[in-house]
Amino acid sequence: MPDKIEIRGAGKRRYIDELPFCRAMNMVLEKVGDGTAVVSMPWNDRLVGDPVTGVVHGGAVSSLLDTCGGVAVLSHPAMPSATATLNFRIDYMRPATPGQTITAHATCYHLTRTVAFVRTLATDEDRANPVAMATGAFVVQA
Amino acid sequence: MIRKRPEPIQIVKQRRDAALRALVAGIPFVQFLGIAFERHGDELTAVLSFDDMHVGNPELPALHGGVTAAFLETAALVELGWQNLWQEIESGRLDAESLNPATLPRMPKTIDITVDYLRSGLPRDAYARARVNRSGRRYASVRVDAWQDNRMRPMAQATGHFLMPSPSAE
Repeated sequence: MPDKIEIRGAGKRRYIDELPFCRAMNMVLEKVGDGTAVVSMPWNDRLVGDPVTGVVHGGAVSSLLDTCGGVAVLSHPAMPSATATLNFRIDYMRPATPGQTITAHATCYHLTRTVAFVRTLATDEDRANPVAMATGAFVVQA
Repeated sequence: MIRKRPEPIQIVKQRRDAALRALVAGIPFVQFLGIAFERHGDELTAVLSFDDMHVGNPELPALHGGVTAAFLETAALVELGWQNLWQEIESGRLDAESLNPATLPRMPKTIDITVDYLRSGLPRDAYARARVNRSGRRYASVRVDAWQDNRMRPMAQATGHFLMPSPSAE
């Protein structure tokens, strides 16, 4: 739920660095602009959900998808000043390969005065087989 | 007809608490987020102890939506895992004291989860309870409600579908 974060004037990296949770998860803003965002999250043993296999917990992937979606909303040309998640649905297609960085690609494909609609895809190093996909509705503050 | 004497309560509690501890301690991400589970009989309440790291927006401050989503998903997964484990423990098929990640039954896997954010998460503890609406041999459907200070004012709710571990694939 990113909110009230200025990305227009700020350096691109500053956005994610300002969010304590994103910092704790080592998320990196790779690309942003025009209603799209790319955020990556390196594998880390703290993120593991299954200690036997080392697969990242679904909740960690959800956090990445949510963050990336919020950044995409804020980067929309209509320039909303703040946003927050209203609803988020995530489909998990397969477990992320342990040890690999997970990268989320989000697109804010429609924006009204009050609501932003977002799709986000998460992949690991095997880009052809997505790990998870999400669709969400975000609050728009003018 | 002589009925079997019930076990002493502390033995029963020890066994159940040990099983729950083993289940939760085995998941690194749950430990990282600071989620604990309280048990009354077989009923679980997930507790997210507030930490500065959970903040998404430092200006409000509010919980990060990703923290809320991860909390609800964890509550659902542990509830399913717990119901599975409960049967194994109570029937004596598994010994609660010797449980570790290698001997624990496999956890269910999330197929999908939908989270509704009802109120902004405040910088304080949050609670969640999951209800298994249907649990079949392969799929389960779970509903989760989360709140903070006031149970009647939910912070978020979620519904998810989960793939149950197949006993043959152990």
